Amino acid sequence: MSTLHTVNKSPFEKNSLADCLGYAKEGSAVLMYEDGVYGAMKGNAVAEKVAAASGVKFYALGPDLKARGISEEKLAEGIEVVDYAGFVNLAVENDIVSAWV
Amino acid sequence: MSETIKKFMYLNRRAPYGTIYAWESLEVVLIGAAFDQDVSLAFIGDGVYQLLEGQDTSESDMKNFSTTYKALGDYDVTKLYVEKESLEERGLTLDDLMPLTWEDEDDDWAEKDSIRLVSRAELADVLDDQDIVYSF
Repeated sequence: MSTLHTVNKSPFEKNSLADCLGYAKEGSAVLMYEDGVYGAMKGNAVAEKVAAASGVKFYALGPDLKARGISEEKLAEGIEVVDYAGFVNLAVENDIVSAWV
Repeated sequence: MSETIKKFMYLNRRAPYGTIYAWESLEVVLIGAAFDQDVSLAFIGDGVYQLLEGQDTSESDMKNFSTTYKALGDYDVTKLYVEKESLEERGLTLDDLMPLTWEDEDDDWAEKDSIRLVSRAELADVLDDQDIVYSF
């Protein structure tokens, strides 16, 4: 069973991302959107935790990154940017969608 | 009519777009400025994200209100405190923020920086000196 975890809260305002990372198993995917995209930036206080999640693939929603002024060069390594259609594809490709709201 | 000028501080603590707080704060700031009060803004925690340069909402069906920060100087809102610790925690520096300036009419309209980078301790002193603090 593969799971898509979604996170839409800032990692500095809520512990949604930290909780999610604690449960994201190898082979699962994490999609950050809305204020969750701040968790995809490099050099911040949560970047190490994200980098340490082995075997987990990270995605961030492009339009939400763009709205917040987060350009590609501000993203941590290994984050793949997807658009809304990509969001839907991830939801379809995985067996479970787990929303860490 | 009394001409008492009070010190108003607007404490911006949340990221833009995810919630309405940042925008609401701006609305209230502009109202306060219209009443010739002594207005300051502070950006702490996720509030520093409000000032990130390059915000573009063209693909997300939301209003890009980041340009409003650039207009604050025209409303004599010239004191924007940004907390150093909050920037650092988020891997950001002043270079990642929008350049925000105002023109000083008492100094031959010289263009001056509105953003003041302060430590948490320094900002605590600034907050202590206010008459009214609004937290958003």
